[in-house]
Amino acid sequence: MRDHVSHAARTIPPSGIRRFFDLVQTMDDVISLGVGEPDYSTPWKAIDACMYALEQGQTSYTSNRGLPALCERITDDLARDFGLCYDPETEVIVTTGVSEGLDIAIRAVTDPGDEVLVAQPSYVSYGPCVTLAGGVPVPVPCVAADRFRLDPDRLMERVTPRSKALVINFPNNPTGAVMTASDLKGIADVVEDHDLVLLSDEVYGELSYESPHVPSATIGALRERTITLNGFSKAYAMTGWRVGYLCAPAELADAALKIHQYVMLCAPHMGQVAALAALRSARAEKDAMVEEYRLRRNLVVAGLNRAGLSCHLPEGAFYAFPSIEGTGLSDVEFAEQLLAEERVAVVPGSVFGEGGAGHLRCAYAVSREDLSEAVRRIERFVAGLSGQAIPVPGAPLTVD
Amino acid sequence: MDETDTTLVRLLEENSRIPTVELAAMLNLPAAEVEERVRALQVAGVIRRFTAIVDRARTDDGGVAAILELKVSPERDHGYDRIAERIARFDEVRSVRLITGTYDLHVLVAGTDMQEIARFVSEHIAPMERIRETATHIIMKSYKENGTLLFSRESGGERQPFSF
Repeated sequence: MRDHVSHAARTIPPSGIRRFFDLVQTMDDVISLGVGEPDYSTPWKAIDACMYALEQGQTSYTSNRGLPALCERITDDLARDFGLCYDPETEVIVTTGVSEGLDIAIRAVTDPGDEVLVAQPSYVSYGPCVTLAGGVPVPVPCVAADRFRLDPDRLMERVTPRSKALVINFPNNPTGAVMTASDLKGIADVVEDHDLVLLSDEVYGELSYESPHVPSATIGALRERTITLNGFSKAYAMTGWRVGYLCAPAELADAALKIHQYVMLCAPHMGQVAALAALRSARAEKDAMVEEYRLRRNLVVAGLNRAGLSCHLPEGAFYAFPSIEGTGLSDVEFAEQLLAEERVAVVPGSVFGEGGAGHLRCAYAVSREDLSEAVRRIERFVAGLSGQAIPVPGAPLTVD
Repeated sequence: MDETDTTLVRLLEENSRIPTVELAAMLNLPAAEVEERVRALQVAGVIRRFTAIVDRARTDDGGVAAILELKVSPERDHGYDRIAERIARFDEVRSVRLITGTYDLHVLVAGTDMQEIARFVSEHIAPMERIRETATHIIMKSYKENGTLLFSRESGGERQPFSF
């Protein structure tokens, strides 16, 4: 029998941490900082609204684009919060999570052989989605020296005549880095000079701790060439509902909508109902969760620095990204040994691409009790390593 | 009270046993300053007491509690204050609140059994001057106290130990 698996499916990399996952499943008493999802349940008002809608029999397909009331609420909020105006009838698509939004956005702009620049370290699906769309992912490193922000010069180094689009994600998974308006301006110049499309995944936008989130589309003339991806999973603790959205100028949105129609029909109706209820009435719950993440961030960053793992203060998302330089271990070795010896699960930074090696992703969307215990275990583990190497002293807890 | 105090109060209200070092890390303050702020909040009467939330259904002491609603004639110059304070002084009374609506005072009373509560209300509360009417509601079951759910959820919504 011939090999029926496609070249594309064969060549995209499998999940880099599958091995850990299998190992963790066999162990007791593991504290996992490996999970990129809130430990909270969805705000009760959203759940309650959804249950009511289900009782009323709201179980059908919605329009391809999504519930009109949800599209309108999304565009109203963007206009109110950021002065960013989109037409709810032509420039918004409710997607099945940001994952689907990303996939259809990439497919909407990528021709075979097109190069799609991906700012890394990044969420693991960007590269493979580009490959599946027939494009060529080109990583652009965001490095610790730049506090993991995307530097225009580093971007320029990777731009070629075949460059078609740039994918960015700020606040960033896995580094927690945030781009200010002036940082984005530098990127906007490159994007405009080289006539690129910007795909901006802003799913952690609500989780900005030091300053309000700046959507890419608000910078210069970027709105006309930006597909903004966002969703409810992180800010509203709604990962399992699978609801996100995409905003783009009508021409790009139309292209993405065609793909969405064929592959997805519509996002889950019940999820859309819950998302609408969340936007309407769970803002206070969302703000309380964001405030709690900020406190946990301070707790984990102080603890990691105390343990001797230099950790910059992440300004957004819910990940700390400490360096393990000086421990004498690679990030994969560190994560494996930490799991085996102290039963704390973290994700090695190299999983997230260029610029991630030598770091660990520690998700702090876990209870403070677990977080404190995890930090104690990490401290003990690093202290035990000191026979092999001397840890780098902790960096001070500062924001600049 | 500044923003830091507000956060501190919220954190302690949720869990009064958080170690000072953790509060200090979360608030990005020296531990000594956290202790000083807590002391100042106590002196100012913002924080009255550090206590525990107890699920009475699990203490096996057979205790009961009731909500009393009272219609009260207010006094010239004092309004409801003096009578509310008199009621509040009984050990059996757990809380006293002035409310809007049909009744004026909302009182939570705890006792060892139903008879004790009945006796307390009829002997000490109802005969008080200025109390025009009482309605006593025995609490059958408590589902949430001071922001704490007293029932366990069917499942904690188990999360996979890894995800991207």
